[in-house]
Amino acid sequence: MPDKIPVTVLTGYLGAGKTTLLNRILSEPHGKKYAVIVNEFGEIGIDNDLVVGADEEVFEMNNGCICCTVRGDLIRIIDGLLKRKGQFDGILVETTGLADPAPVAQTFFLDDTVSARTALDAVVTVADAKWLKDRLKDAPEAKNQIGFADIILLNKTDLVSPDELHDVELRIRAINPYAKIHRTKRCDVEIKSLLGQGAFDLQRILDIEPEFLGNDHHHSHGHDHHHDHNDGLKHYHDEEMQSLSMRSDKPLDPEKFMPWIDKLVATEGPKILRCKGILSFKDDPQRFVLQGIHMVLDGDHQRDWKPNEKRESKLVFIGRDLDNEMIQSGFLGCVA
Amino acid sequence: MAEADASLTSKVREIDAGGHVVAICFIRNSAAIATGEGEILIAGESEARIKVHEGTILAAASDRERIYTAGDDGRLFATDIEGERELVTDSGGRWIDHVALGPSGVIAWSVGKTVFVRTNKGERKLEVPSTIGGLAFAPKGLRLAIAHYGGATLWFPNTDAKPEMLSWKGSHLGVMFSPDGRFVVTTMQEPALHGWRLSDGQHMRMSGYPGRVRAMAFTADEKWLVTSGAQEVILWPFQTRDGPMGKQPFMLAPGPKDTRVAVVACHPEQEVLAVGYSDGMVMLVRLADGAEILVRRPSGAPVTALAWRVDGRLLAFGTEDGKAGLLPI
Repeated sequence: MPDKIPVTVLTGYLGAGKTTLLNRILSEPHGKKYAVIVNEFGEIGIDNDLVVGADEEVFEMNNGCICCTVRGDLIRIIDGLLKRKGQFDGILVETTGLADPAPVAQTFFLDDTVSARTALDAVVTVADAKWLKDRLKDAPEAKNQIGFADIILLNKTDLVSPDELHDVELRIRAINPYAKIHRTKRCDVEIKSLLGQGAFDLQRILDIEPEFLGNDHHHSHGHDHHHDHNDGLKHYHDEEMQSLSMRSDKPLDPEKFMPWIDKLVATEGPKILRCKGILSFKDDPQRFVLQGIHMVLDGDHQRDWKPNEKRESKLVFIGRDLDNEMIQSGFLGCVA
Repeated sequence: MAEADASLTSKVREIDAGGHVVAICFIRNSAAIATGEGEILIAGESEARIKVHEGTILAAASDRERIYTAGDDGRLFATDIEGERELVTDSGGRWIDHVALGPSGVIAWSVGKTVFVRTNKGERKLEVPSTIGGLAFAPKGLRLAIAHYGGATLWFPNTDAKPEMLSWKGSHLGVMFSPDGRFVVTTMQEPALHGWRLSDGQHMRMSGYPGRVRAMAFTADEKWLVTSGAQEVILWPFQTRDGPMGKQPFMLAPGPKDTRVAVVACHPEQEVLAVGYSDGMVMLVRLADGAEILVRRPSGAPVTALAWRVDGRLLAFGTEDGKAGLLPI
C-alpha cells in the first residue's frame, strides 16, 4: 500500500479569506498535485489539480453517539478519488463558513476505507483580524473553528493596529493556546508551514505546550514586531470555551486511566472539541500518546522514554463548558 | 484455512486491466472491465481497450448488449462490443455516481441528490433528501429503489404516485430488491444491512459485521442473501415469509486472518459462489458443503469486482491494483 494521502481541512468564518488561501496554495509553483474538495465552484480552478464540489452532508453514525458525525459526501468523493491511479500528493477540503470542523475531521477516523488510504494532516482556520472578536461573540461556528484548529491564519492584519492585533491574538489564545498562529495579509504564508503538519499523527506528538505570544517563531514576516510581548496583565477568559491542561509527574495506572478517559469522552464528548496527551504509565518504558475529537479517541505507544527525559504525563482538552475540577480530580485519581 | 482443497489457478487467463477495476459486466460473451482510468477493456477472444471517460468510472451496468458507465467527468456512456460509444447524458461536470438498468431499455442514473430515469416516453427526475447511495430496479414492473441518508425511496417513475419512503436512521449506500420482489435490502455506512418487507414495512436489521458491507447478492435459488464485510461470507436466510427476521446468519469460506471478504458473486444457476477477499484471493465455494476451490492466490491488493457470465460458464474478477482474470468453467 502506498503512503496515506494527507488531508488538510480549511475552515474559517465567512469572508475571512479561505478562497484566497486556497488559490494561493494552488497557484504556487510547488510541483504537487492536489485534489480540492470545495463547497461551491467559485473562482478556483487551476490546471493539474482536480476540483470537486461537495454538498457538506453531515451524517450521524447509527451508534447512539450524537457527536459521532461524518461527512457522507466526503466519503463518497474520496472513494471516487481513490480509484485513480495517479495518486494525489494531498487533498484539501474547504468547508463553508458556517461549518463545524468536527464531522470533517471524524470522517478520517470513523470510515474504514477513508482511514485506510488517507490521513488527516491538520485543521487550518483562517480568521479575520478585524472581525474575529465580533464573531466570537455572535457566531458559535467561529468559536468552534478557532477551538478546533491546529493552525490559525490571523489574516488581514493590515486592517488593524498592532494593539488590536495583539488583543485578538489574546482572544484566540484564551480559547486555543495550542494552535500555531501565523499573522498574514491576504493569506501570505509559506505553504509548507500549512501542509505536511501531521497534527493528528500520534508519532509526531512531541510535546504539548501552549504557544505563548511573543514566542511565536512561525510568523511569516520578519518585520512583524511584537511591541508588547511583555504585557502579561491583559488576559482574556472565554466564558464558554476554554482549554484545560493537567499534568502529573507521578506515573499513571493504565487500569485506572483507560476506563476514566473512555467514560469521560463518552459522557463529556459532545463538549470536548479536541484532546491530546502524552502519558507515563507505571512500569511502562514507553510514552503513550493519544489524541481525540469529541468521542473519537486514538491512542498508542509511541517510543521509549529517553534516559534524561522527564517522565511526566500531560493531558489537554479544548472544549465548551468543561468542568475543570471534575476532570482534574478524575485525572489525578488515575495516579498509580 | 489459507490453502484451498483444490485449485483452478492454472486455468485463469490473466489480464492487465490498466487501472483500479471498478466494475465488470458481460456484454454478449465478453467481459467488459471498467477502470478508474476511465477505460473499458473488452476481453473476449481478443482484448480491446477503449478510452471512454476523461476521468474515473464510478459505476457501471449492462444490458448484455452494451455497458453503461458513469464517470466523474459528468458523463454517462453506453459502449458496445465493437467499442462504439454513445453519450447517454452529460451533467455538465457533476459526478454521475450511480447507474442502473431497468426493463425494456429503461436507464436510471443519479447526480448528487437527483435521480433521473429515461424511458421511451422521455426523461423524469426526482430529488431525494440527500446524496444517493445506490439505485436498483425491482425485478418486475417499473419501480426504482433509491438509497440515501435516512432510508430508501421507492418510486414508480411512470406514474405520478407519490414516492414511498422506507425510513431507517443512518446512511444507506447500496440497495437491492430480493429476486421475488418482496424485500428491499440496503448496505449501510455502519457495518450492517437493513431490510424492509414491502407488504407491511417490517424492518430487518442484519448486523454484527466487523466492517462496512460493500457487496451483496442473492443465490440462484433466491434462498440466501450473500454478503461481504466479515472474514467469512455471511449468508442471511430469505427462504421463509419473514426473511431473516429472528434468524442467525450462516457462515462460509473464512479467509486468512486479518482479511475480509470484499466482493461476492453468485453463480446464475448453481449453488456456487465466487468470493473475492481483501488480500486479492478469489475462491469458488459450494453452498451445500462449503467445498472451496482456489481461483487466484492472494496478491496484496483487494478484489474489487467479480462477475459471472449469464450462462455461468465464465467468471471474471478484477482488483484494486489493476489486475484482472477470466476463468472458464
